[in-house]
Amino acid sequence: MSDALLSLNGVHTYIGPYHILQGVDLEVPRGGVTVLLGRNGAGKTTTLRTIIGLWQASQGTIRFDGTEIQKETTPAIARRQIAFVPEDIGIFTDLTVHENILLSARSGAIDEARLGWIFGLFPPLRTFWQSTAGNLSGGQKQMLAVARAIIEPRKLILIDEPTKGLAPAIINAMIAALKELKEMQTTILLVEQNFSMARAVGDTVAVMDDGRVVYSGEMAELAVDKKLQERLMGLSLEAHQ
Amino acid sequence: MSNNLFKPRIERPSLSQVIDAKAPLFLVPVLMLTGLLAIGSGSTWLTLTAAGFAMGMMIFIMASGLTVIFGLMDVINFGHGAFISLGAFAGFTILGLLGSWIENPGITMNLGAVFLAIAFAMLVTGLAGYGFERLIVKPVYGQHLKQILVTMGGLIVTQQLIYVIWGPDEVVLVRPTAFQGSFVVLGAAVEKYRVLAIAIGLALFVAMRLVLNRTRIGLLVRAGVQNGEMVEALGYQLRKLFLTVFMVGCALAGLGGVMWGMYQETITVHMGAGVMISVFIVVIIGGPGSIEGCFIGAMLVGLLTNYTGFLIPKLALVSTILLMGAVLMWRPQGLYPVVKTH
Amino acid sequence: MKLLSGDRPRSKTLSAVLLLILFGLLFAPFLFPGTRSLDTAARICIFIVLVASYDLLLGYTGVVSFAHTMFFGIGAYGTALALVNMGPSYSAIVVGTVCGALFAGALAFVIALFSLRVRAIFFAMMTLAVASAFMVLVSQLSGFTGGEDGLSYRIPREMTPGFRLVKEKLSGVRLNGKLITYYVVFFSSLGLFLILLRMVNSPFGCVLQAIRENAFRAEAIGYKVVRYRSAASILSAVMAALAGSLMALWLRYTGPATTLSMDIMVDILLMVVIGGMGSMYGAVIGTVLFLLTQSYLQNLLGLLQESLGSLPIVSEVVSPERWLLWLGMLFICSIYWFPKGIVGRLRGT
Repeated sequence: MSDALLSLNGVHTYIGPYHILQGVDLEVPRGGVTVLLGRNGAGKTTTLRTIIGLWQASQGTIRFDGTEIQKETTPAIARRQIAFVPEDIGIFTDLTVHENILLSARSGAIDEARLGWIFGLFPPLRTFWQSTAGNLSGGQKQMLAVARAIIEPRKLILIDEPTKGLAPAIINAMIAALKELKEMQTTILLVEQNFSMARAVGDTVAVMDDGRVVYSGEMAELAVDKKLQERLMGLSLEAHQ
Repeated sequence: MSNNLFKPRIERPSLSQVIDAKAPLFLVPVLMLTGLLAIGSGSTWLTLTAAGFAMGMMIFIMASGLTVIFGLMDVINFGHGAFISLGAFAGFTILGLLGSWIENPGITMNLGAVFLAIAFAMLVTGLAGYGFERLIVKPVYGQHLKQILVTMGGLIVTQQLIYVIWGPDEVVLVRPTAFQGSFVVLGAAVEKYRVLAIAIGLALFVAMRLVLNRTRIGLLVRAGVQNGEMVEALGYQLRKLFLTVFMVGCALAGLGGVMWGMYQETITVHMGAGVMISVFIVVIIGGPGSIEGCFIGAMLVGLLTNYTGFLIPKLALVSTILLMGAVLMWRPQGLYPVVKTH
Repeated sequence: MKLLSGDRPRSKTLSAVLLLILFGLLFAPFLFPGTRSLDTAARICIFIVLVASYDLLLGYTGVVSFAHTMFFGIGAYGTALALVNMGPSYSAIVVGTVCGALFAGALAFVIALFSLRVRAIFFAMMTLAVASAFMVLVSQLSGFTGGEDGLSYRIPREMTPGFRLVKEKLSGVRLNGKLITYYVVFFSSLGLFLILLRMVNSPFGCVLQAIRENAFRAEAIGYKVVRYRSAASILSAVMAALAGSLMALWLRYTGPATTLSMDIMVDILLMVVIGGMGSMYGAVIGTVLFLLTQSYLQNLLGLLQESLGSLPIVSEVVSPERWLLWLGMLFICSIYWFPKGIVGRLRGT
């Protein structure tokens, strides 16, 4: 796949003495949503954190848009137009919603048109524009985290489990947002345990287990192949349906 | 998808939570009132309170840099005291050159001399802070044990270098004419210099809050204190930000050094390390990383030191230790715990 | 040799140096006659115990405390106060020493309860504040402690220079009470040092090291981290207090400057780190090197300054009074490049 925006080749990552990623190979095609599936502890979060440089890969290469980035620092990688929504949401709880968004706009100013679009996707952000982010509810915090990643156009957005612990209505809002981003040709790498969400937005899929990618292919194929699903993810997948 | 799913709702804190959050704000008035009751005489109380606020402001100036440095990068600089002394000596050099300005009875010339001395002291300590961060702090970043030891080493070396430049003797720092003597307010004598110290301290506190709340770099500092990793993931270089904050913190120590030196009127190489005891207590009381906590803590320590200094002089320093113990019993993380979001 | 089991010097040079120091101190009165060298030898003995007890805390548990001189001072003042109030008797020495050690241990226990649960940085800051407040308190309570001037007192006659053991001199050295005191100091220090050495190589010492490496894991295996750390800090405090008692005995004077000052705390820190953290032998090497440097580096710098006399700043930098500048730089370099200090270097680790 020569048109991959991001490709990982034999990536190994250690966290302290623990060997978490054990040779990850992953391709993220341009302009689509790639979903990273797998049970807890399979290395999905570590994969995202290694891409953005918060963990250092000890071995292997990470190519983004034609350049090897695995030796770069986190700010340098982020400046290559990669946004990151971490598993713990990572919003600044002492800052207001406005200040959170303002910091994510690296140009120093918020594009009003784009902000209007975001308000359309996530109306509560308009209501609580001047409130302290720490006082938002869990779902609103997640909306802010995603809004922060898309306030300026980015080439790649890494999102770690945006639906964790959220009410179905908010999950629907997330799905709608991701679909709109997809239409705008933004590439997204999404870690997800909720298979219905994964199926709703995913174009391609990669399944991880024990620090490796054990399956990758089109979402459409996996979505219809119940046997494959069971072989790859066992019961964990059924439980989320 | 219906819109009422997004019915604007925010978790309102309950009344007891609000009171709990605001409680530290009442500590200063409560302490002042207790002081008044214990001292009895209104004019004595006023003199001591002014002295307490002046001392608190100076400690705040010196402690504020330290606490932000800690909040941002988990670094406590045990060599901070050396920058206080360095600032005092640098200011002394300038005041020595401007001898005629100081002796001039006009307040303009006096203020000019003080501000030039402060500016030079901040320049010197800011630049020294750059060297200190690169040579002493950066190589052991993230390793606490080594960090404590190596910054202590930095303290020793910097103190010795001050000896090399200014000699081993204590020197007298003359207050400008306009700031000698006292005002009489409501029958209480209030030293003029203390009024200046309070004014500079308040101005700095307001300026700091403005910078932290209204500027981009201030926003970044506040964000970085909470979640440095995410600041980096947004594309900002935390290390550069930290270096800047470190230099500003050292420059503030220099500013505090000039103020403290003029307050004490004699300066020695060890004056910084001496006042650092109060600075550390203030940082711990306030909650390391918190500017507001640092400010309240500094006022408490300043007032308490002066009240007990009058009532039971021998227990002045011990009383602040007891205050620290009491605050930690109440809030183990300090008055305003900094919430780390990762 | 059984006492050393588990932690032998493991280096010929190190063994040779340690033996040299041992015999040097054992025969110090005869090898280096003169009041000043005997005083240096006694200080070395006492500081070896003090520094080794600090290493128990810093090197073996990874806890940075700035309150070690406080315990040293408590021991010294305990003995001093007993001698002042009970007169120059042996029972006064015993009572003062025991009380000082008990008080130091109790205080260490309280501090441990209060602050060993907090992070290392805060513990360091708090101990600094507490130790300073203690020193100020001692200087202020002049009716009780003699204040800034400290306490001078008499010790039993047999331990004073005025007492002659025999009329004759032995190889030119007068066998007087001062000599007896020196050997009391020497053998007490040796005994305390051997106890510390034995302790760190016991199972207790192993647990402490495990905690230093990974407190979380040690807790997970089932060791009560807080309990072990408290035990270590109490032990370390008691040892420091005993060293303080020896100091009080040797100097026949106890004051804030000789026992409680932050300068001594900084000296201890330099000795531990330069000698080698996490090894009792490091305490020995660091102490000897530091105290000898204190006298002899100054001479060397004096010579340097004379030969460089014409250059203004440079001659200030090598001025004999600036010996601490050079040791401070050595200290910083040790932390960067040889964190196990001189002992680590000699052992080639």
